[in-house]
Amino acid sequence: MLAVPLITGALAALIPNRRLGSGINVLGSMGTLAAAAWLLWTPPVASALVFVDDLNIYLVLLTAFIGFTTTLYSTGYMAHEVSHGHLTGSDVRMFHSLFQLFMFTMLLGLTANNLGLMWVAIEAATLATAPLVNLYRSEAAIEAAVKYFILCGVGISMALFGIILVYLAAQPHLGSGMITLTWTDLYSKFAGLGGGVNQRILELAFVFLLIGYGTKTGLAPVHAWLPDAHTEGPTPVSAVLSGLLLNVSLYAILRYKMLLAANGDTLVPAALMIALGLVSLLVAGLMLYRRRDIKRFYAYSSVEHMGIATFAFGIGGPIANFAGLLHMAMHSLTKSALFFTVGHMSQIKGTRQIAAIKGLVVSNPALGWALVLGMVMIAGLPPSGIFVSEFLIVTSTVAHSPWLVVPLLLGLLIALGAFILRLQGLAFGAPTPAVEGKAPFATTALAPVYLHLGLVVVAGLWLPGQITAWFQAAAKLLG
Amino acid sequence: MTSGISYDVAHLLGAVVLLISFALLVEQRVIALISTFAAQGVVLSLAALWEGWSHNIHHLYLSAAIIFTVKAMIIPMTLNFLVGAMKVHHHETDPGLGVGGALAIGISLVVLSIVSIFPIAPAVTVLTKESLALAFSVLLHGMLMMVTRRNAISQLIGFMSIENGLLMAAIGVQGMPLAVEVSIAFTVLVAAFIFGIFIFGIRDRVETLDIHQLDLYRGERH
Repeated sequence: MLAVPLITGALAALIPNRRLGSGINVLGSMGTLAAAAWLLWTPPVASALVFVDDLNIYLVLLTAFIGFTTTLYSTGYMAHEVSHGHLTGSDVRMFHSLFQLFMFTMLLGLTANNLGLMWVAIEAATLATAPLVNLYRSEAAIEAAVKYFILCGVGISMALFGIILVYLAAQPHLGSGMITLTWTDLYSKFAGLGGGVNQRILELAFVFLLIGYGTKTGLAPVHAWLPDAHTEGPTPVSAVLSGLLLNVSLYAILRYKMLLAANGDTLVPAALMIALGLVSLLVAGLMLYRRRDIKRFYAYSSVEHMGIATFAFGIGGPIANFAGLLHMAMHSLTKSALFFTVGHMSQIKGTRQIAAIKGLVVSNPALGWALVLGMVMIAGLPPSGIFVSEFLIVTSTVAHSPWLVVPLLLGLLIALGAFILRLQGLAFGAPTPAVEGKAPFATTALAPVYLHLGLVVVAGLWLPGQITAWFQAAAKLLG
Repeated sequence: MTSGISYDVAHLLGAVVLLISFALLVEQRVIALISTFAAQGVVLSLAALWEGWSHNIHHLYLSAAIIFTVKAMIIPMTLNFLVGAMKVHHHETDPGLGVGGALAIGISLVVLSIVSIFPIAPAVTVLTKESLALAFSVLLHGMLMMVTRRNAISQLIGFMSIENGLLMAAIGVQGMPLAVEVSIAFTVLVAAFIFGIFIFGIRDRVETLDIHQLDLYRGERH
């Protein structure tokens, strides 16, 4: 599974022909998805470097799936950008090969059993995507790329300091060497000792890890890179940044939370995660109102949803954890679908300004209704899967600490308001003119969008027993 | 382990690394920053060598070699190349906070790191505790540098000296496993190169190395 994107990336870098390159890109992602699905049937094997359990397998599948649909989408997107002279053939070649490299780092980050390896994978993900954010080579793009690079670089070095502290705390019990950074060994040792590990070091380490990986998760107040990087990069990159990268870094935080929980320490991490989650939700909710650029609008919505998921894991317990996992999956699917529609929209209308796009339902019904559906979903209205997860989060918050419901609901309503407000302008009313010369795109170009949204609706109405059991097992692992 | 020559020398080397990070904070000429940074790399690799020798941990020798090659040779040489290619003048300065301000904040960051690291550990040896506090100070100094400097090259040096703080912490806990250390070093090296490429990009498009000029293109301002 890990080898496929790596080989594809190398191939895509070597092949100069754009059409062939994008075909290879699609085939490679399909292969990755197949390999990821195959993991479901083969019993998970843990080695010192990689391992698979109930928690990461679902993220692996989700990552491979969204990676696959994104390559499908990017084929059309890139063809359009090249034919309009925004990008050259070698830009697209770089896109394909770095995209596959990014997929590799994401999957490695998810399956890494070694904490150092996980760090390297997540840092390498930044390195692979920073040039992609800069693909259009405008002033704004380099500003976004440098900011992304610097903020995430500094954030991730905080996380490394946290890892060193974890190593320091575990050293007296496990000795030095590889085993002391191997997650499964740490976890069983911590659980076996039942609280014997120095809690103060671990708590300090968690602060660094939360801020460090939280930077990449896009949690406020360290989210500043996220809107710029999402806006200036090409749309397929925005879709995977939002849909995958944020998840993987949140997953890294969860791994450490589990370690601390195994050591009998849940209070401090929970409080920190609840606080950061709420701040992100409220800040991003308010920011949504002032956005004029549609991609920035969705970027802030990603901050909001990562805040909600972090909050859920902070609350903890089987229901909230279940809801948090569900929320991560649903948000990834919906948000990447929305970025796909935004890509089509801005290619048709030639602008990303919200005020300049009107009446999509009238001018492009298939696209317009996809947008309506996506916005309704992401706002958390039924029958969306996001509604289910948010509902579960609110109910478990009531059980956990009722007064936290007030800011949570407030944040959710603020964001909902912003979405309804924008949706009306974008989708309805008299349509604004389209750019000349845009070939009417095939309805099949919308297939990934409807596929994602369809899954979200199905999840909102009915979760198969198999998947529920699966999420429950993962939620139980989270404690 | 809290007495004797081994402790003293480890302490001394750690303190020198911190002193050099003060020097980085107050040094204003961009080109002089590069040599100061290289000096920090040399002392850091000596610290790793000493730690390896005094505790008989062989893989730290290799760490020392890696630090020396990457931090004291490859990166400074690359930076010098960048400076040459960009025709940065020898007297070009990047004042940041100025000497007084940088020293004052630098010292308070050291106090902050002592206050936050020392309480964690009755369980940890004194040396580990102190070298962690030193390392955290170096890390904070690097961050301060990134916040206050405007020139893209001094920012990159700030970024790399954050990494130096991390390496120092890793040496302090007697070395991370070697495989981890090697891959981290490699990642950091790639990061430095990508940043270098970005610096060219900034120079080409905005015709300056002043990062603050980029703010003009930020978000929804344009």
